[in-house]
Amino acid sequence: MKAFGRLYLCLLIFFLYLPIGVMIAMGFNASPYYQLPFEFSTRWWNELWQNQDLLEAGRNSVIVAVIVTLIATPIGTAGAVALHRREFPGRNFLRVMLLPPIAIPWLITGTAMLVMFYWSGVGRGFHAMLIGHVALAIPYVVLVVSTGLQTIRQDLEEAAMSLGSTPVHAFFRVTLPLLTPSIIGAALFAFAVSLDQFVISYFLATPGYTTLPVKIYSAIRKGFTPDINIISTVLLLASMALVLVYAVFSKFGAGNVRR
Amino acid sequence: MSDVNLTGIAKSYGGSPVLTDISVSFPSGSFTSLLGPSGSGKTTLLRIIAGFITPEAGAVTIGAEDVTRVPVWARNIGMVFQSYALFPHMTVRDNVAFGLGRRGVKGAEAKRRVDEALEMVRLPGFADRLPKQLSGGQQQRVAMARAIVTEPKVLLLDEPLSALDRRLRQEMQVELLSLQREIGVTTIFVTHDQEEALTLSDQVAILDRGRIVQMGAPAAIYERPATRFAAEFLGDANFFTGRVESGAVAVAGSRITAPDLPEGREVTLAVRPEKISLGAGENGGNRVQARVLNAIYAGANLTYLMEGPGGMGLKVFAQNADGVILPKGAEVTLHWSPDHTILVED
Repeated sequence: MKAFGRLYLCLLIFFLYLPIGVMIAMGFNASPYYQLPFEFSTRWWNELWQNQDLLEAGRNSVIVAVIVTLIATPIGTAGAVALHRREFPGRNFLRVMLLPPIAIPWLITGTAMLVMFYWSGVGRGFHAMLIGHVALAIPYVVLVVSTGLQTIRQDLEEAAMSLGSTPVHAFFRVTLPLLTPSIIGAALFAFAVSLDQFVISYFLATPGYTTLPVKIYSAIRKGFTPDINIISTVLLLASMALVLVYAVFSKFGAGNVRR
Repeated sequence: MSDVNLTGIAKSYGGSPVLTDISVSFPSGSFTSLLGPSGSGKTTLLRIIAGFITPEAGAVTIGAEDVTRVPVWARNIGMVFQSYALFPHMTVRDNVAFGLGRRGVKGAEAKRRVDEALEMVRLPGFADRLPKQLSGGQQQRVAMARAIVTEPKVLLLDEPLSALDRRLRQEMQVELLSLQREIGVTTIFVTHDQEEALTLSDQVAILDRGRIVQMGAPAAIYERPATRFAAEFLGDANFFTGRVESGAVAVAGSRITAPDLPEGREVTLAVRPEKISLGAGENGGNRVQARVLNAIYAGANLTYLMEGPGGMGLKVFAQNADGVILPKGAEVTLHWSPDHTILVED
């Protein structure tokens, strides 16, 4: 039974990582048509540095994701704190309304945004794309931060206030430090949601400004070369490194959160 | 040191009153317990004194100052929470120094006072630990040190001992009391543990459904409960009800009397189980016939559950003086002094 469980787990990991492994490997294959036998080459690395379009799309993706993270994380964190720590009418309704945006297919959200932005005069472009990404990322941030908030006792802030802290001081000295691992996790989520975002970018971006997923999509339609694999590999390793850093960091943090 | 006075405090949640017209004074340096079942409003009252809740009516004064509209952080109180609420990301020293920092006390002076406070709660040498590295009792001490290091005008304790096991709790009770005596701070202690309230307090206030039903010294409250609720909540009691005729209440053939009974009125009389003795006793005492239903043996003492006159249930505490336990079904005569028969409001 135990051996079966281990086998099952191995298979699971294998199926999860096999396509990614193949993708990385093909970046180092000399053939432009992904032909076998495998012949090791760093040719596509050099090609990538020549391919200004692809590099720019990659850079755009990262820039958008960073800006989205910087906007969505504080907004979502503030929202989570309000939803969990403050009493106000309609709080439960708002809490429930947070979930559908996560469940609604991005294609529908994207179409809705396109129609809305066109109708309201916001139009398409970098700004529209940013608004779209931020809107998509906020529910994730609220959810992750809320989970973190639930592990922090509310009477800690009260204790701080009994010792002379104003509510604002109590929040920044007590709750925020304890919440930091969750906020970092939420920021990574926001970053990933934006980096991964295809539909909204595709709908809302103007032709002059493309992000990587959109670029890859159009490349696939035109026929593409393994330099796509290389830039994907770079992004993949970068995000995995981020996740690992977070995992290590939050393990240190977790001990502090629980008593 | 300051006295604390509440006048006409009222608070309701969603239309249903939690506290009604509470007026009470806590003398400077006294130790007062707010005792009541859950939902009696004792915690709400404590939080009003702390300043977490603003009452709808009434005034709170600490010393000469009316603090009714003063927020908690400006009241100079010390509070110990049920869960201790130690800051998990700070060392014991930083926890205790938190309130000092808010008052502008820093550096060597802060260090001296933190060490002093930790000394007082008998935790010297623990300053650099994190709360999670401490046992429950030690965390409780840190919470105490944190609350008293700022020399607050009032010390508020919200069931601080309820999370500890029995033995440790008794130990902490003794320490808490001697610490309070040492610094002489006006202390208000919320508890639902009657024994704890009796042991620690100068005065006990019994709360029931948002009102203080009785307040006084522990012995006075225990020996002379004013209401049926107070008699039942603080200790055990047997009750007899009936109309007073020629100075006594007749209960299924037995005449039960007490000093100063109001002639002709329906009354409730209470008797503590330990005041009742087995046997006929002297003439002039209250006397009833009863049958043993059950004997609960607890080593040093016994609790008899009996059926008294008219089938009413009676509880009797007896010392295990001779190792004899009355068997089930035994018919006995019980007696007690009229002086121990208390007229209570129903």
